Amino acid sequence: MTIPQHLRYTKEHEWISVDGDVATVGITAFAAEALGDVVFVELPEAGSEVSAGTPCGEIESTKSVSEIYAPVDGEITEVNQAVIDTPESVNSDPYEQGWLFKVRVESMPELMDAAAYTALTQEG
Amino acid sequence: MKTPLHDVHSGLGASFTDFAGWDMPVRYSSDLAEHRAVREAAGLFDLSHMGEIELSGPQAADALDYALSGKLSAVAVGRARYTMMCNERGGVVDDLVVYRLGEERYLVVANAGNAAEVSAELVRRAEGFDTTVDDRSAEVALIAVQGPTSAAIVGAVSDADLSALKYYASVPTTVGGREVLLARTGYTGEDGFELFVAADDAAAVWQVLTEAGEGHGIVPCGLACRDTLRLEAGMPLYGNELSADGSPFAANLGRVVKFDKEGDFVGRAALENQPAPETVLVGLTGGGRRAPRHGYRVLQGDDEVGEITSGALSPTLGHPIAMAYVPVRCSEPGTTLSADIRGRLEPVEVVALPFYQRR
Repeated sequence: MTIPQHLRYTKEHEWISVDGDVATVGITAFAAEALGDVVFVELPEAGSEVSAGTPCGEIESTKSVSEIYAPVDGEITEVNQAVIDTPESVNSDPYEQGWLFKVRVESMPELMDAAAYTALTQEG
Repeated sequence: MKTPLHDVHSGLGASFTDFAGWDMPVRYSSDLAEHRAVREAAGLFDLSHMGEIELSGPQAADALDYALSGKLSAVAVGRARYTMMCNERGGVVDDLVVYRLGEERYLVVANAGNAAEVSAELVRRAEGFDTTVDDRSAEVALIAVQGPTSAAIVGAVSDADLSALKYYASVPTTVGGREVLLARTGYTGEDGFELFVAADDAAAVWQVLTEAGEGHGIVPCGLACRDTLRLEAGMPLYGNELSADGSPFAANLGRVVKFDKEGDFVGRAALENQPAPETVLVGLTGGGRRAPRHGYRVLQGDDEVGEITSGALSPTLGHPIAMAYVPVRCSEPGTTLSADIRGRLEPVEVVALPFYQRR
């Protein structure tokens, strides 16, 4: 499983792509595979404030449910309506069509790079 | 522990999970696709983690009539029966399928997590009867082919007359030159077969079935879809719906407790004296896509009335389904209750089981 080099990662298995002051957030292919087929995604509302490390949504597969953690502090600017309508895109295309939300970053904790995240996924 | 097919699963790219100490495939690619394959075509399952215990001898039937809740002496040779082992308190030690292989020979199939206990209990309960209890779990593998095309697949590789093999019947035959006990049983709500084979023959039989299933839509299936399939079919799972402290009557399984058989059986006194259950197992359906899950609270208005035993978003039906124990007064189909899904109450309606029935 390749882990994109250009993204940043959290220990909760989110990926973050930063463009100016807006971060796009999704879950990694590693997390998606561990969940199994994603059947339901609940996302924060646009305009709401989220804070790093706290739950802001849910992602549910047939077998289990996990919380989505905000990787940064900021305001949600956009949620991916397509992923709500077709949650399976989290499995099929986690780094592109399967993005979850965009957030205007007010404060960003230190995040992992691809090498550090790769090491995390190999800890077992 | 690993089944004789573990390497086969690894080769197929399975994800594994621990189940009762066994390293079992949870899915190969997509559990939704595997679920759909069983409903629409066929799925191939490794169930070798389950326990197989053979009883043989002149009093095998009598021993089982004493050890289990059912009247196994009344089962015809070649037929099978869904039954239970109860404890002295009337609780459920395990739910079982028992195959009568001969006048004096039975095969008891136990859940993986209970196999050792069932085996030990059978030895204990068979004392004084002229029968031998032989735990064959380690040497027997179990492969299931389930789904509407399963008869075409199994029919292509065995000489057994499948039109004569009824639901809950078994017949010894060969598949790919290997001896198998072919049973028309399953845990998916579909037509299907379970093949008991020697552990050493498991990989060969799996391969023969895989090849025969090409063109019939067969896919290897993991435990994830096995759980959603059985839930849609309204079948109880030991540890969720059934337990050592739970009553068979509350689980709607009174039909498998045979008070009318002669003689004592373990749990008879407790079961006969048990008052009518205060809570019963019901089916629940919800709207939306958030599914109630095992352990979540069930409420009527503000009052907590029960607990979810199993729940999932039904892959076939597209809405949440669940089973729960609720008071008898809340158990009428059509009753509206709510489930506490991680802090938010979602309405659910009591419905008759099963959720899904094959046409």
